[in-house]
Amino acid sequence: MCADVTAATGGPAEAGSSSLKARLRKAEAKKRRGAFMLTLPLLIFVTVMFLVPLVGMIWLSVANTTIPEYMPKTVSALSTWDGKELPPEKAYAAVAEDLQAAFKVRKFGVIAKNLNEQMPGTLGLINKTSFRTGRLKTAPANWKDELTKIDKKWGEMPIWTLLKRQSASWTPDYYLAAVDMERGPDGSIQAVPPYQRIYVKLFIRTAWMSTLITVLTLLLGYPLAYWISRMPDNKANLMMIAVLLPFWTSLLVRITSWIVLLQSHGVVNSILVGSGAVSDANRPQLINNELGTIIVMTQVLLPFMVLPLYSTMKSIPDSYMRAAISMGAHPWRAFWRVFAPLTVSGIGAGVLLVFILSIGYYITPELVGGQSGQFISNRIAYNVQQSLNWGLAAALGTILTAVTLILFLLYGMITGKGKVTIG
Amino acid sequence: MKPKKLPGYLSPAEHGWFYLFRFYGIVVLFFLVVPLLVIIPLSFNATPYFTFTKGMLELQPSAYSLQWYANFFTDPQWLLALKNSFIVAPVATLIATVLGTLAALGLTRPGMPFKTLITSLLVLPMIVPLIITATALFFYFSYLHIVDSYVGVIIAHAILGTPFVVITVTATLEGLSPQYYRAALSLGASPRTAFFKVVMPLVLPGIISGALFAFMTSFDEVVIVLFIAGPDQKTLPLQMWTNLRYTIDPTILAVASLILLLAVVLLGSLELFRRRSEKIRGVSG
Repeated sequence: MCADVTAATGGPAEAGSSSLKARLRKAEAKKRRGAFMLTLPLLIFVTVMFLVPLVGMIWLSVANTTIPEYMPKTVSALSTWDGKELPPEKAYAAVAEDLQAAFKVRKFGVIAKNLNEQMPGTLGLINKTSFRTGRLKTAPANWKDELTKIDKKWGEMPIWTLLKRQSASWTPDYYLAAVDMERGPDGSIQAVPPYQRIYVKLFIRTAWMSTLITVLTLLLGYPLAYWISRMPDNKANLMMIAVLLPFWTSLLVRITSWIVLLQSHGVVNSILVGSGAVSDANRPQLINNELGTIIVMTQVLLPFMVLPLYSTMKSIPDSYMRAAISMGAHPWRAFWRVFAPLTVSGIGAGVLLVFILSIGYYITPELVGGQSGQFISNRIAYNVQQSLNWGLAAALGTILTAVTLILFLLYGMITGKGKVTIG
Repeated sequence: MKPKKLPGYLSPAEHGWFYLFRFYGIVVLFFLVVPLLVIIPLSFNATPYFTFTKGMLELQPSAYSLQWYANFFTDPQWLLALKNSFIVAPVATLIATVLGTLAALGLTRPGMPFKTLITSLLVLPMIVPLIITATALFFYFSYLHIVDSYVGVIIAHAILGTPFVVITVTATLEGLSPQYYRAALSLGASPRTAFFKVVMPLVLPGIISGALFAFMTSFDEVVIVLFIAGPDQKTLPLQMWTNLRYTIDPTILAVASLILLLAVVLLGSLELFRRRSEKIRGVSG
């Protein structure tokens, strides 16, 4: 408004140009605000319903709320303890009072469970101590003697080291568990017993099987993409619809058809037996194992490989190869030295895309993978739904998310300017 | 397959390579498509198995039946799942389309601040693995007490659908010359009229294909539903999942065939929209 008035009254040239600048700036700012306001509703929606849950999951993977919440006095009493020898009487009193309070509201079981996860055998100690102290009518003169009388473990170091450790409001324990590590009785980090080591193996298997699937899709997809990219447009479009049809079909529909094909009395086995290639008794096991996961995921992810390869190859004119051949290169040599190097960005995009999608797959391994074809995501689901170890599930999930996002940044660099496209 | 004429200067070995190569391509295409087609004849199976019976191979009419289709349309569990899918998917699509289109309009305006950062944030739901989204939303919705509710499932599916709308509409808008809008303004249209009468019809194909992507995403999504839906909210994919895991019967083949048909119809209309949009913008070649 102000600017308008100055301009209209025709002030000195100097003032006029600066007011024009101000008006321009104002108009620019208004434009920016307008553009931002349009994205705001979605930004809020995605923040509240996606980013906040994601951050919540990361928080859950390090959060340690039980002891700080239910044993506040102990936490403050132990905050100054150096952990070298048994804590002072003040700490014993704090533990007793916390457990008495927890006993009153029947929450000592939560404390016992939390500590027992870290040090098996603590469940009984906490339950016993809660009952005995909770029933005391008057406080004894010396809590240290009283607690040691209830259980002599109170007179030893491990339980105090554990309480001190669990007093922190965050913990790396779930991440340790996610890489098959744990804390020993003295708090040092050590590997879990061999029979409990599953996660490192599962991470390696996820990476290895995803690599294999990626290589297979490349081997199948590259020639196909090349073939389609050299076709006339109308034919190529038809072919691309064939490639896209599975891409558009429900994942469960595709898995259903693979089960129909691969099960022990399925179509493939019937053909094999019918043609006499294998005997009826030795039907090969094609599903509910590693092989099943690999076959099905290769088919499911193949379109994601073909699409970027096709669009890269489409932009390479036929004349390049012809020029190389006309100058005496063998067709193979022309392909390797001229065509293939031009498709490297497409290969990079396809390989990363398939690998990223593959490491996060859950449904396919769950339905056709049996025991040996499971991925890390299946274990995340198991910890959320069955073993109810949410902290561990959150830690595994955070690791998987971090790996995915890093790979995706790489993908963005390859495909240019972090642009994401469909098809 | 009609033989394609090869240039005469090629050696026999090169001919061989050419045909071998083409054969390989056809095999890969088969690998992609044939597994899908197998389920269609099997869905007319008269016996409750997933295999071709002798009668089916001999094309005896008695070996075929429509019972699994009939079962789908009469079984209360499947009908509930069908109903839920047609409640959740359209509502989630609507939310995703409206919010996604608005955001795309903002993102393509000149002077949009933090464009790259905001775009990456908005497409994040498409990048993060589904199992992670499902886990995070499950924890969050438990905290908000909206696990086992339609609201939760619809919100989750809307979140999943928005990146598709943002990407397709942004792409359409970026391909649209700003001259159209300016021309309309110069001819005396108000910004509102210019937008709704000129810009909107031009980007509509983009919006519709984004909406179709969002719809298919919701219609096909099972991981999140598995985590946050109760038995009352089970959708078609969840019922298929249950069927595959526990009580396997050919009804699922009938459902799968119907979904396949739906996919073909949707893919066909998407292709039509793409062609139409190219024609309108005069880029068809």
